[in-house]
Amino acid sequence: MRAVVTVTGKDTKGIIAKISTFLFERGANIEDISQTVLGEYFAMIMIVDISSIKGELSALAKECKEYGKQIGLSVYLQHEDIFNAMHNV
Amino acid sequence: MFSKNDVLETIAMVEKEHLDIRTITMGISLLPCIRDTAEETAKRVYDLVCKKAENIVKTAENLSGEYGIPIVNKRVSVTPVSLITAAFPEKSPLIGKALDDAAKTLGIDFLGGYSALVQKSTADYERKFIQTIPEVLATTDRLCASVNVGSSKTGINMEAVKIMGEIFKEAATLTKDKDGIGAAKLVVFCNAVEDNPFMAGAFHGVGEADTVVNVGVSGPGVVKHALEQIPRADLTEVAEMIKRTAFKITRAGQLVAKEAAKRLNAQFGIVDLSLAPTPAMGDSVAQILEEMGIETVGGHGTTAALALLNDAVKKGGVMASSRVGGLSGAFIPVSEDIGMIKAAEKGAITLDKLEAMTCVCSVGLDMIAIPGDTPATTISAMIADEAAIGMINNKTTAVRIIPAIGKTVGDQVSFGGLLGRAPIMPVHHCNSSRLINRGGNIPAPIHSFKN
Repeated sequence: MRAVVTVTGKDTKGIIAKISTFLFERGANIEDISQTVLGEYFAMIMIVDISSIKGELSALAKECKEYGKQIGLSVYLQHEDIFNAMHNV
Repeated sequence: MFSKNDVLETIAMVEKEHLDIRTITMGISLLPCIRDTAEETAKRVYDLVCKKAENIVKTAENLSGEYGIPIVNKRVSVTPVSLITAAFPEKSPLIGKALDDAAKTLGIDFLGGYSALVQKSTADYERKFIQTIPEVLATTDRLCASVNVGSSKTGINMEAVKIMGEIFKEAATLTKDKDGIGAAKLVVFCNAVEDNPFMAGAFHGVGEADTVVNVGVSGPGVVKHALEQIPRADLTEVAEMIKRTAFKITRAGQLVAKEAAKRLNAQFGIVDLSLAPTPAMGDSVAQILEEMGIETVGGHGTTAALALLNDAVKKGGVMASSRVGGLSGAFIPVSEDIGMIKAAEKGAITLDKLEAMTCVCSVGLDMIAIPGDTPATTISAMIADEAAIGMINNKTTAVRIIPAIGKTVGDQVSFGGLLGRAPIMPVHHCNSSRLINRGGNIPAPIHSFKN
């Protein structure tokens, strides 16, 4: 089972470190990362394996959102199926 | 596999353009609940609804969290109650109360199905049942009622049309301290569908499985945003863009519907492809029509723009989902759409134009406030007009009209939340009572005889 983590916001030092530690602590394993910095704007998309996360996926998604607010970024975690459904015929 | 842009696009749709799943509606058959007495039946109804739908709110919240798409409403629809209470129709309010209590226990906002299907003629128990509707709507909070008065196959039951004009007035009068909200929870249909997930007209048809999950998608904001990207495109391209957008929105709905059905141990029913506006800015069907190039909705060209929109939404949606049903099209409720409210306040949109628009989109005269002194026969005549449009064009039409008791043109009614607010619109003053009082049936059109 995989999910997509999307992080956007103003570029600061250590974003990747913070997010990956946060995910690691909750049992999510990063499989792929792609990031872009456009001027001072930062966008990162991660594919994470969520088969061994602790607790429910919806709870983790909520935690991500709250953690994002804490560090001044917007952080989303969504099951990959939603993107497969919406963007593939 | 999806691209980075796809991910960002989805998030923008939710964050900025109000993409949401408008409703997960569980349809529950009440037929196994019928007992010898109304009291026993009511108890059984309460227990069954609470048991079948006990996880609906939790499941919807989980799905919403997992996919990152808001699921706005969790609802239940049930077998038309007039069938359940045929042996004791005067006691139907007991079942209404049980259903309202169940909705409150479950934490859902509306429960639909206090309904009767009288499209050909009115049985005695249905006549008695219909008379209980105003009182039940005034004494419950979350229950919705509907009555089907016609169909393309049967014609229009004009006795029921006459009664429903009176029922609308009574429902509004009994709730006049709340701006007539009783009437806002009541719909009169022609060609009602049995798998509609949207309120107030949802009920669970007798041809359905015992427990079904139907999902209504939405997203007028997403369509509007997509059209803003192509301000000078010709209308062929506009239709194409709407189709593509509807496809994406519907796919989200299809995914949620399938997963919700699995988790709730119910059959996956249908995805309803309707564009349903809310009073929030940027979540308006009227504003899509304005983006297409009409200065204010209601102006000449509105019907053509709406026809294109409605058809393109269906085409994109049908491709995206394995099971499409419900009403599937664009809704044009006045009080629930900020663009409509503004146009009505300016006097740019009239009842006559709205009636024309209902010829080409789903549903009908929806959430329209009219002066409280409008005669019941005039309301019946509006119902007859709408039913005729539905009957002749083989489509669903509906009337949800609110006679604002003690108010007139220039005033407004306000319900708050999703039901919104509506300026009172003028109606024609000429007398239609002789037509309505004739009774009888308007026969089914010749093109309905296809056997």
